[in-house]
Amino acid sequence: MKADPKRVLTGAHYLDGDHACSEGALAAGCTFIAGYPITPSTEVVERISERIPTVGGIFIQMEDELASMAAVVGASWTGAKPLTVTSGPGFSLMMENIGLACMLETPCVIINVQRGGPSTGLPTLTGQADMMQVRWGSHGDYEIIALSPNSPQECFWYTIKAFNLAERYRVPAFVMTDECVGHMTEKVIIPEADEIELYTRRYTKLPPEEYLPFKPGPDLVPEMVRAGDGYKIHATGLTHDEKGYPVMNWEVQEKLVRRLVDKIRKNADDIIEFEEEATDDAEVVVLSYGISSRVAIPAIQKARKEGIKVGVLRLVVVWPFPEKKVLELSKKIKAFVVPEINYGQIVLEVERAARGNCNAVLVPHGGGWVHNPEDIYKAIKEAVR
Amino acid sequence: MNETLTKELKLPEEKHPMENILRMDRIPHIWCSTCGIGIAVTSFAIALEKAKIPLDQVCVVSGIGCSGRVAGYVKLDSFHSTHGRAIPFATGLKLGNPKLKTIVFSGDGDLFGIGGNHFIHSARRNMDMLVLCINNFIYAMTGGQCAATTPLTANTSTSPYGNYEYPFNLPHLADSCGAVYVARWTALHVRRLANSITEALNKRGFSFIEIICPCSTIYARRNRLGSGLDIMKFYHDNSVIKHGANTKDLDIGYQSKIIVGKFVDRERPTFLDCLNDWNRKKFGDKFREYGGPDD
Amino acid sequence: MKFWRKPLDSDEIEVTIGEIHIIKDRCKGCAFCVEYCPKDVLELSDEFNVKGYHPPYVKNPDQCLFCKLCETICPEFAIWVTEKPKEEKKVES
Repeated sequence: MKADPKRVLTGAHYLDGDHACSEGALAAGCTFIAGYPITPSTEVVERISERIPTVGGIFIQMEDELASMAAVVGASWTGAKPLTVTSGPGFSLMMENIGLACMLETPCVIINVQRGGPSTGLPTLTGQADMMQVRWGSHGDYEIIALSPNSPQECFWYTIKAFNLAERYRVPAFVMTDECVGHMTEKVIIPEADEIELYTRRYTKLPPEEYLPFKPGPDLVPEMVRAGDGYKIHATGLTHDEKGYPVMNWEVQEKLVRRLVDKIRKNADDIIEFEEEATDDAEVVVLSYGISSRVAIPAIQKARKEGIKVGVLRLVVVWPFPEKKVLELSKKIKAFVVPEINYGQIVLEVERAARGNCNAVLVPHGGGWVHNPEDIYKAIKEAVR
Repeated sequence: MNETLTKELKLPEEKHPMENILRMDRIPHIWCSTCGIGIAVTSFAIALEKAKIPLDQVCVVSGIGCSGRVAGYVKLDSFHSTHGRAIPFATGLKLGNPKLKTIVFSGDGDLFGIGGNHFIHSARRNMDMLVLCINNFIYAMTGGQCAATTPLTANTSTSPYGNYEYPFNLPHLADSCGAVYVARWTALHVRRLANSITEALNKRGFSFIEIICPCSTIYARRNRLGSGLDIMKFYHDNSVIKHGANTKDLDIGYQSKIIVGKFVDRERPTFLDCLNDWNRKKFGDKFREYGGPDD
Repeated sequence: MKFWRKPLDSDEIEVTIGEIHIIKDRCKGCAFCVEYCPKDVLELSDEFNVKGYHPPYVKNPDQCLFCKLCETICPEFAIWVTEKPKEEKKVES
């Protein structure tokens, strides 16, 4: 399906990352947005609240992030494509109903414009320290999809992609930007609507008496119905069978939870996206994501000038993690250099995926500002020694 | 109820008249003997029939707890959400598809303990939904802890020497936050409750009905109040019907008189009315009103 | 049906008569139906159901007026009433 021209602000714009996310969401056909103000993500909902009356859809400012996320899950079951937007502290509050979204297999998109933490931390300054929280923050076992754009233009595209992935796999999809990307203003080209491909949610064609709401298809994703369509489904956050009824035993738990993780793990190759550059003969690969992938560029250029063979692996989809690619590269390089604005999160995954084949060198940063490229350069130099 | 026991229960071929609205494949339910939640569900079913609302458009959302299980027993689009979040979940359903009739069926702990914030804000916005609150004065599912509704001096497992925290007056809370319909009944007032629910189902806006329910296994046992039947008899002797009573006067003390009745019935534009009217005024023809996923 | 005096409109009013149906094994013995039946139609039986409760039985079938209070107050969806066909009705004075 192509995007609706009435929802797409075609043209060249000068937008910040937050506003580009808003335009991406509207173009993707998002009709329900629940939000609660929190710096530095508020601009996303501010723009949406300005645009939505003439574009079509509902924006509601909820009483807190718990409510925003719960409303998003509810709205998704009516067939609306729902969005909520937040940052660190609000993200923590959303964890409860993100778990519900995973359990009810509810397509939804959450944008987290990361800031410095823990707690209130640095409301107006950047951070990348929610990368593990997005994967593991809610209790229990589950899988999600997380993307990490590094420019306003990418914010536009990857918000659309997040909607497509969420609808495709019936899972919460996260756009993990950060304060730098969110508040960085750049040229954003919004194409014609017919250049934007949207995934249409798969609804069942079975009659109500034959339909089982949680019976998976071959790709492990069940077909959905909407509330009000006469199927009279039951959806519960309790462990449930294919009918959606709660069953309290380990066999059903095993079947359900295994499928919830497998539907992402087994389809990971179709979901994963990264940018790879000059890794063929690289001695060291700079693995980064989000704003850090742009900060690393001068460091990489400087190292290359000195003759160091530096490859680049920039993650666009951070979760599921591209472990196959990292393993493959780990066999031929000396080290990964991983700059991230935290004290070591994705680097742990890199270490795990590299299985001791090479080093994984973290270039940490506590947040509040991006790395000095010099630090990344030093780490590259150190790594090839 | 485990599966083997369910299979052992040979059900006769005759059909209970409520079978079109209950998930009979899940009955018998998990509620204890003499629990009033089943009565509330029956009253709700009778009201649905009376109100003549197409069942396909009715959504029931529950939170967590004994009353949270209601969603699992009604043969409607039903959602068993997270603890305290039934109201925002229902808000999402209603706004995602304004044609739906959303009903929140949950308990006092869920709606007013952990979910109090959502309740007051939805009443303030006049979000179009009906909230049915089973009030048994205690957190029963977790074994009888002190709730926001536990009367003073009542014994619970976390107030073993008696409760010293003042409880909520739920109708007053709903009234002062702007609910358009506020009523309170006990599980004994089955017919009045059913009529009240019918009335509320036909109202637009945020309606609230408190249903005082016996919990013999936990609340009555801890407070030595006898069986469920004894509690029903207590309701019979001690509830006073006072329609239109000032909601300020509706506090419930330990084993005190319970004032029941319909207290508030007024008209206010709903959230969606306000949203659409305001935007029509501001944008004229440019306003694209959202009417649901099929629009 | 018996009255202590003949009501003035008894010739015009059609008194309905009900037939009670009980799913014994669904009953949890709360006795609400027995207590609140306005005509004392029901009584708890001595027998045990599969869950170990004493379900009610219909003691005075002729007394049922099809008011459905037992059906409404039953927390277990275990009892209901249907209206008996009209020719079976009779009013005694």
